[in-house]
Amino acid sequence: MSASEQGGMERHQYDVIVVGAGGAGLRAAIAAHDAGAKTAVVCKSLLGKAHTVMAEGGIAAAMGNRWPEDNWEVHFRDTMRGGKMLNNWRMAQLHAQEAPERVQELEDWGALFDRTEDGLISQRDFGGHKYARLAHVGDRTGLEMIRTLQQRTVELGIDVFMECTVTDLFKDESGAISGAFGYWRETGRFIQFDAPAVILATGGIGKSFKVTSNSWEYTGDGHALAMRAGAALINMEFVQFHPTGMVWPPSVKGLLVTESVRGDGGILKNSEGKRFMFDYIPEFFKSETADTEEEADAWYEDKKNNRRPPELLPRDEVARAINSEIKAGRGSPHGGIFLDIASRRTPEFIKKRLPSMYHQFKELADVDITAEPMEIGPTCHYVMGGVEVDADTQESAVPGLYAVGECSGGMHGSNRLGGNSLGDLLVFGKLAGEHAAKKVSGLGANRPAVAPDDVAAAATSAVAPFEVEGGENPYAIQHDLQQAMNDLVGIIREGAELEQALADIEALKERAKQMVVEGHRQYNPGWHLALDLRNMLIVSESIAKAALAREESRGGHTRNDFPKTDHEVWGKKNLVVTLNDSGDGVQLSEKPLPVMPDELKKYFEES
Amino acid sequence: MGYRLKMKLWRGDKSGGELKDYEVDVSEGEVVLDAIHRVQAEQAGDLAVRWNCKAGKCGSCSAEINGKPRLMCMCRLSDFEEDETITVTPMRTFPVVRDLVTDVTFNYEKAAELPSFSPPPRDADGKRRMAQVDVERGQEFRKCIECFLCQNVCHVVRDHEDNKPAFAGPRFFIRYAELDMHPLDTNDRRELAQGAAGIGMCNITKCCTEVCPEGIKITDNAIIPMKERVVDKKYDPLVWLGSKIGIRNKDTESRVPAKQGKAGHIKRPAH
Amino acid sequence: MASTDARESTSGSMEAGVGGPTRADVGVRTLRGDRWWLAPLTTFVVFFGFIVYATFRAFAGKDYYSAPYLSPFYSPCLGDCVEGSSDFGQPFSWFPLSAALIILIFPLGFRMTCYYYRKAYYRAFWLSPPACAVAEPHGSYSGETRFPLIFQNMHRWFWYAAVAIGLILTFDTVISFREQTGVDASGHPTFEWGHMGLGSLLMVINVVLIWAYTLGCHSCRHIMGGRLRHFSKHPVRYKLWTWISKLNGNHARYAWLSLFSIALVDLYIWGLAAGWYDDPRFF
Repeated sequence: MSASEQGGMERHQYDVIVVGAGGAGLRAAIAAHDAGAKTAVVCKSLLGKAHTVMAEGGIAAAMGNRWPEDNWEVHFRDTMRGGKMLNNWRMAQLHAQEAPERVQELEDWGALFDRTEDGLISQRDFGGHKYARLAHVGDRTGLEMIRTLQQRTVELGIDVFMECTVTDLFKDESGAISGAFGYWRETGRFIQFDAPAVILATGGIGKSFKVTSNSWEYTGDGHALAMRAGAALINMEFVQFHPTGMVWPPSVKGLLVTESVRGDGGILKNSEGKRFMFDYIPEFFKSETADTEEEADAWYEDKKNNRRPPELLPRDEVARAINSEIKAGRGSPHGGIFLDIASRRTPEFIKKRLPSMYHQFKELADVDITAEPMEIGPTCHYVMGGVEVDADTQESAVPGLYAVGECSGGMHGSNRLGGNSLGDLLVFGKLAGEHAAKKVSGLGANRPAVAPDDVAAAATSAVAPFEVEGGENPYAIQHDLQQAMNDLVGIIREGAELEQALADIEALKERAKQMVVEGHRQYNPGWHLALDLRNMLIVSESIAKAALAREESRGGHTRNDFPKTDHEVWGKKNLVVTLNDSGDGVQLSEKPLPVMPDELKKYFEES
Repeated sequence: MGYRLKMKLWRGDKSGGELKDYEVDVSEGEVVLDAIHRVQAEQAGDLAVRWNCKAGKCGSCSAEINGKPRLMCMCRLSDFEEDETITVTPMRTFPVVRDLVTDVTFNYEKAAELPSFSPPPRDADGKRRMAQVDVERGQEFRKCIECFLCQNVCHVVRDHEDNKPAFAGPRFFIRYAELDMHPLDTNDRRELAQGAAGIGMCNITKCCTEVCPEGIKITDNAIIPMKERVVDKKYDPLVWLGSKIGIRNKDTESRVPAKQGKAGHIKRPAH
Repeated sequence: MASTDARESTSGSMEAGVGGPTRADVGVRTLRGDRWWLAPLTTFVVFFGFIVYATFRAFAGKDYYSAPYLSPFYSPCLGDCVEGSSDFGQPFSWFPLSAALIILIFPLGFRMTCYYYRKAYYRAFWLSPPACAVAEPHGSYSGETRFPLIFQNMHRWFWYAAVAIGLILTFDTVISFREQTGVDASGHPTFEWGHMGLGSLLMVINVVLIWAYTLGCHSCRHIMGGRLRHFSKHPVRYKLWTWISKLNGNHARYAWLSLFSIALVDLYIWGLAAGWYDDPRFF
């Protein structure tokens, strides 16, 4: 045992603790470090394995390398319209303004983006973006981004606690953040961090759904930690179902098929061979979407004189259309529909632009995408909702607690445009890191202290699954939760089903109290899951409750019983979720949307 | 379609272990990791296995399947006969933690020792310009998902623990190559590649290339070119003669020697 | 089977590696059950066969020339060679042994230091390692960092020599298309173009394979373009590099094929010189 350990517990002191080592976490850590703070990153997996590696398409940034007409105002407008105007306008503005510089910065740190003929960073088309705007590296942009940030983090000498899970946050009596509590996955030993600023960058919640493109880590840890610390979540009803996930074989069901397939010319067809997206163009996007195949196909070459193909509508629209086609019995043999690029582009083009997709289908499904269409269907991909934060500082309602990336809310409104997540991570990661560092340096020696009783309570709570009498298997509870969320809180929702979901979640919460974990604390996945499950349950409850309350359809929230978008009532407010007073469930409230200043409103007047 | 699969999984830790027999139901299209997850969910809740994306993109689930280093998530059961027993052990080059999980800190320390990218200032308009043909060589190496299978299979450290301090391994030779081929970089890494990274330890027997799940031509496109770059500097009579009579290589003359990075910031639990 | 053998031969050397105290205690040298030993064994047998043949022929010092064909083992023939075989003079006519030994160091050195052959013989002859994920039998290892293996870095020197040898073999091949018609007044032989026998054909095949091997060399690939950091500024060298990279991708294949073709041409000329058969003529 080292000297810093007391009673079998390690203890470390930092200025800023970043929880999560994806794009947002690493960018925040770099910014905090650069601002002079003693910074550490704490992550559940090995460094460089975070879910950011799964991002494929690119980083949306109005750099204007392909289209000089592109600028932040256009990007801002696209983002707001994609989110059906429910976005926090200030976040959308900051994001559009700062994303280009954040991308250039990656290049300074060694990222190798694909190039234009002039040697600039190449940009590709994506759904909902007016211009080709996504900086990319083939279809593995996320890998490039995380590796670049990882290498920068290591170069700067920032401390990284790998395979270490944070289970609790500490506050002092004034309610300000004073530290965090966690355990080493490898040994099960506890670890206490004393830090006046904690930045949550834990990603999403997708593991609560059965069919998902998300990895095991996506258990809503940041969402739950924030709520338990007293912060609020907003927009939790909005869950993005990516239109194109693999549907076969069963073991990879849900695995992402990048939107770049459509951006690079791929089209959607039903079992009758019909290119059906022309039947699903909503009024809202009619003026900017092609209504004939000729125009749609011409757009790839000539964007000035043609409108975009309907395959490149925002993700919520495409996912709903695919869902309808499958329900109408025009699906593919394995219950999806067809995504075809083989008949539209040469094998060389496909292999060059979409190497990982080629590889993925070849290796996992025995399908050669240069020769035959892919079978795809919607998959749970992203949660728009998250911790409510101040747009400029990323600080939550709890002093010293910050949230960035997927676990924060507001930026994407009711639906996120493809490519905006990677930009989100960089832009707000940097802001959060800087503000957290600034806040800490402002505190001087006057730091919030961790109460020893809180540490003892956190330790007791963490080992509780070993001490419970009962017989519930955490894997079984997880399975049942995923099934319930998938069936009842999925892409198309209904009041009665949501009520059923809430009842099911209550029952699962009861079962979770009887969870038993076998073995000891050393690298024990059963125990890890038992702890993560608490977060999954509370986040699932938040989603179902908010979804039941929002009686309209908008973006990533579609109600069968309320199919219309209601701008008058629901277009003006966010739903806010907080922990209830007894701490065993969540409660809802409403909050008016922040008001957009007039000089920004003008971008939306013509539509 | 489904059948009952026989597996032998290595269970144990530093103090010892053994191959234990399991039988589990599997179905069409599944991979080894699916079978292991089912064992975990139904028979051995505490079976330690490291994994993340289950799509061959994060490089977490590296192990040895029937003795061959592979990603468990990309190893399809249809590659085996239905009556064949599949044996899975942890990677055998790194210290074992528990069951199928090893401590891969070695690789993170080597990564930290690497000299980093060192670019010149941006162009006047705040952007950088590089030609696609010039970035493509580096892009091949940046496909690396850091599964560390190449590090695991490399006999230099697999069979000789004592070489670990002096040898960076294939994963980091491709990083050296990537940086040395970077069209903008201002550093010269040849001295470090031969010295600190120990590229001379490699006897190019190519197992790293054989096991790479990303199909990176580690030996032909990175290690040998790096060895050749070292030869340029130290062993080529014509280059030596050329420099004596004033012929210089414009690509390298402006570069300054790179500095080694410092390890020690990756924190691991005390044992 | 293989793994059972390995189980029995668990020796002390494993403790330096996969049997070490921190590693998972699997207990055997390898769990591979496929025929991993087949490739190194094949390499060993074939390579060993070639060495025996080449050694015998190099020391033989006879039956290497049958006009107009000169065996590649003896080209250029710089020692006390038979009449008509020395196109580049006989500066080493004092050399008491076979003339092949004077020049054989160059192709031999080129192949011994070749990146492909190194892989092949390190695996097959030195078992370092015998196959991937099969523990090697050595207790310690220093790679190519020390004498003598540090001399593998001389590959490029040998490549320069190999280009010269390649040119000479090309010359030999070209002159296999002419034949001697007599001698002129001063006693010099006179030649006429337009001959082609089976030997010419074999020599053409051989020289093409030799060039495919020599130009596909990793050092060549590096010198021609690989050393650059900006392909975009050197379009011609980039083209060359691209072209050589394709050859290089098949380096192992050309390494073996050219080895066989050298032996075959030599064997054919041996037979001609020894009078076992006549050279079939095409024209």
